[in-house]
Amino acid sequence: MAIFYILLLFILIAAIIAVETRNLLSAVICVGAIGFSGSLMFLFLRAPDIAMTQIVVEVLGLIILIRATISRDLTFISGDREFFGVVVSVVILFAIFLAGQTVLETLPDFGTPAFVAAAQNADLPAPAAQTYIAQGMQKTGAANLVSAVILDFRAYDTLGEATVLFTSIIGATVILRKKSRRLREETNA
Amino acid sequence: MKGMTIIVKTISSWVKMLIFLFGLYIILFGDTSPGGGFAGGVILASAYVLLMLAFGGDFVKQNLSPSLTLKLVCAGMLAFAAIAVAGLFYGPDAFFWNFITQKWLAGEGSNLHFINAGIIPLAEVAIGLIVCAAIFLVIFTFSTFKFDVSDNQKE
Amino acid sequence: MPYALCFLLFVIGLYCVLVKKNMVKIVIGILVMEYAVNLFLIMLGYRTGGIAPVVADDQVNAAANKVAAAFINASVDPLPQALVLTAIVISLGSLALIISICIRTYEKYGTFDITNIRRLKG
Repeated sequence: MAIFYILLLFILIAAIIAVETRNLLSAVICVGAIGFSGSLMFLFLRAPDIAMTQIVVEVLGLIILIRATISRDLTFISGDREFFGVVVSVVILFAIFLAGQTVLETLPDFGTPAFVAAAQNADLPAPAAQTYIAQGMQKTGAANLVSAVILDFRAYDTLGEATVLFTSIIGATVILRKKSRRLREETNA
Repeated sequence: MKGMTIIVKTISSWVKMLIFLFGLYIILFGDTSPGGGFAGGVILASAYVLLMLAFGGDFVKQNLSPSLTLKLVCAGMLAFAAIAVAGLFYGPDAFFWNFITQKWLAGEGSNLHFINAGIIPLAEVAIGLIVCAAIFLVIFTFSTFKFDVSDNQKE
Repeated sequence: MPYALCFLLFVIGLYCVLVKKNMVKIVIGILVMEYAVNLFLIMLGYRTGGIAPVVADDQVNAAANKVAAAFINASVDPLPQALVLTAIVISLGSLALIISICIRTYEKYGTFDITNIRRLKG
């Protein structure tokens, strides 16, 4: 359990540096540090699929971010907004943090799966996750339960995810286009 | 964008095969060991990104053209949708029904007994293709974009 | 206590989106918020002394084709992991879209500072 606190402290320090530094390249590198230690956290939280995906996605996200920031005079950041706006925002965020802390104390303790313990406390029938663990391999034939969940029990969500990824990538490609097709055909013909 | 020196080009043309093989392994064994379509697809994309960074954008424009990549993304989406709709026809009318496991492997002597996870490996290959092609397309678009702050009134 | 630290990470990202003037800093704040949410979802499903939700060879009762009871009692929750897996890949796609808008805006106005971008042309 101590390793969780050490990694979370490292993530918090890296996040504060990423938010407050004036050099954009340092901020991007700190985001990379957050992603890498987040992947380590996932490994210690017994989620190997997520750790693998997180580290590769974070490396590619760093490439995209660095491409956007390595250009001309981008490392000059002229500071925050006016002082009154900053103070009001900090006060409101502190209130949000206290309210969230009150809500988070009603959750079961860290270490018991929240869905299972909540259902047992209220005497509800077993949640879906218990059925997936107990009968997942028998019904789908896959030994990796996470794959069985995303591609057999909840395959519709995976279809939605593929659609969202496709649409956002097509949108990014269209936005970064220099010449329209008519101009390109005119210059080629 | 320009490529890199000849040492980087030689090494990356050997290493790209290892990365490609690793990504393919993670996709195909996604139903019995951690991994799956998403992680494997992103690892496959990183092999092509390594090629693009080492050899430059012009080499990639000729050999791994973006129009082919776009067609691969669409082919992957169509394959995934076809697997989903096939469940409508073969099963008891359910979208994404796992028709290989529930219907065709019911007996021991059927032909498809080696795929005992049903549509899961096929769907993972489709997802891997979608993710690999989409991510390579977006990083290629970012790398070959020329910053052009000439005037404030574009087109 | 780990839940509180994760929520603090989310509030740090929210502070960055609200207060900063540089467009790329705002994007970094959105990224930090996404990391915090993914971490929180996976921490919800953790069981102390648990094992990963992958069935190994020695946990299957092959005669009855059922999983051993030890696995059911010790495995962590696979449902939040399935939700987070798609969320991570979608965050990459949305990052690409946001950064492409930032690059186009820099091309048009010559700056990343959002207080200088005032001319909205219809």
